[in-house]
Amino acid sequence: MKDKKVLKYLILIIVSLVVLAILNNVLDSYQRRIVNLCAVYIILGLSMNLVNGFTGLFSLGQAGFMAVGAYTVSILTMTRQMKEMNFYMKPMMPFLLNLSSLNISFLPAYVNDFIWFLFALLMGGILAALFGLLVGAPVLKLTDDYLAIATLGFSEIIRIVIINLQTVTNGALGLKGIPVKTHLLWSWSIAILTIVFISLLMKGSYGKAFKAIREDEIAAKSMGINLFKHKVMSFSLGSFFAGVGGGLLAVSIGTIDPTLFKFALTFNILLIVVIGGMGNIWGTVASAIVVTIAMEALRFLDEPMNLGFMKTDALPGLRMVVFSLILMLVIIFKKDNALKANFERIRGRYAKN
Amino acid sequence: MLKIDDVTMQFGGVVAVNGFTAQIDEGQIVGLIGPNGAGKTTVFNVITGVYSPTKGRILYGPDLNEDITGKRSDQITNLGICRTFQNIRLFKELSVMDNVFIGNHLRLKSGLLSSLLRLPHYRKEEAEAYEKASYLLKKVGLYEEREEKAYSLPYGMQRRLEIARALATEPKLLLLDEPAAGMNPQETQDLMEFIVEIKDEFNLTIFLIEHHMDFVMGICEHIYVLDHGMMISQGNPSQVQTDQRVIEAYLGVE
Repeated sequence: MKDKKVLKYLILIIVSLVVLAILNNVLDSYQRRIVNLCAVYIILGLSMNLVNGFTGLFSLGQAGFMAVGAYTVSILTMTRQMKEMNFYMKPMMPFLLNLSSLNISFLPAYVNDFIWFLFALLMGGILAALFGLLVGAPVLKLTDDYLAIATLGFSEIIRIVIINLQTVTNGALGLKGIPVKTHLLWSWSIAILTIVFISLLMKGSYGKAFKAIREDEIAAKSMGINLFKHKVMSFSLGSFFAGVGGGLLAVSIGTIDPTLFKFALTFNILLIVVIGGMGNIWGTVASAIVVTIAMEALRFLDEPMNLGFMKTDALPGLRMVVFSLILMLVIIFKKDNALKANFERIRGRYAKN
Repeated sequence: MLKIDDVTMQFGGVVAVNGFTAQIDEGQIVGLIGPNGAGKTTVFNVITGVYSPTKGRILYGPDLNEDITGKRSDQITNLGICRTFQNIRLFKELSVMDNVFIGNHLRLKSGLLSSLLRLPHYRKEEAEAYEKASYLLKKVGLYEEREEKAYSLPYGMQRRLEIARALATEPKLLLLDEPAAGMNPQETQDLMEFIVEIKDEFNLTIFLIEHHMDFVMGICEHIYVLDHGMMISQGNPSQVQTDQRVIEAYLGVE
């Protein structure tokens, strides 16, 4: 029976990979980018859900860790000529400039490219996890809002450092000409790996210990769970996936700059996590896809509109109002199952009559 | 097994526990009683590392050679002291089974990576943990409810689940904070039998706080009485029952 379940998931994965391979040929480049973004947001949503939803740590540092991953992957994969073109204000550090991609002579170029890209992505994740470890160690003693403030502040610090480290990151000018990987299978296979990883993690003893910490810290430590160790573990794993997601974001859009990694980005991910449900893997996957597509589909709201009886001016940002409204509704109605309780009350009222 | 040596716990100006000394020998069931606010739960919190005492030491081990004063809760649980809580603290949103399963987490030898890759030795450990949890749930009569969420259980069952969860950590010394609170006489009677049963089966030493006098007098070999943070009496049940100071503390003086 257990094997049957595994088989079912394997089939699901294979089918989705085949569908994606077909989609890759059918869609135009704009649509492909959106589908790619869906995968990136799945990874980011799950990484945030691991920390906020499963372990119950209110962290808002996502954008910072993404920036670490994105810059690492970009610097590792950009060609030397591209780097020289980018760094016209201040030259890049020679060591980073001379970083060349893998070149094993007997392997064909695309295999070299493939291995190097995976390596870059892994490095992006590991570096972000390292930052997570560095930040986590001091701030994870904090709880609730204090942790949120500390992580938010940290994420801003990373951004400011990136702006000022001109010889490494090209400062506020950002990086352009990152070799793009727009084939859908790239981002989606990593998204699927993330789903599998988080599912396995939460199924095991460590994942359950994370949940125990979320439920009741005092009971968890009385059951012998080392709070600090497990919190740092969860936080670093979350940062790792944020880094990988950031790296994938960089290679799917091709340019990055510090303004991309402002708090708004963390907010988008938080939106996905809250709509999908704290501590809900499939909910996060579904809401990542819906929110990403909706963000594009609702673009018409930002443009001037002709309502027939009146014409409105362009209102950039109006689509975000829609998301804010959704977020409010979700929080009001989902808390303590208010929606369900209200339905039952209404049903009860009619039953009485 | 456990020696509480002249422990004082002060919160600002309030002295919750004042120079409390007690000794618990292996295999005993020892009671801690006293009026509300006497500092009983504070004693438990000091033993389990929730607070570190202002003064005094707590020694643990067969020869009392382990100083556990001020250690972290999880370290103390690792050494074999586990507790239940006065106001039940279950992992509410998790299933009954998972609650007990988590109790085994500290005994897990496999690392994060082998748990992720579900390597054979992790799977073996996990299967054993589930087996142990099933056994404990059968023991406390909650096996049928194993898929339910912990918060959905009725009160008495939640109390028993807390005991099962504590047993999963494989304690040598079990601290029970008002295990019979809110139970009717019949349930209290059953609980007494149950506590003696698990004590014998798992070779436990038990230290408990309780208000039900029948319960304490019926089950404990030795009793300590606290009032306003001070120990006012100790001895076997009949000694304590007849002690004038205890009667005064509970009933007041004319």
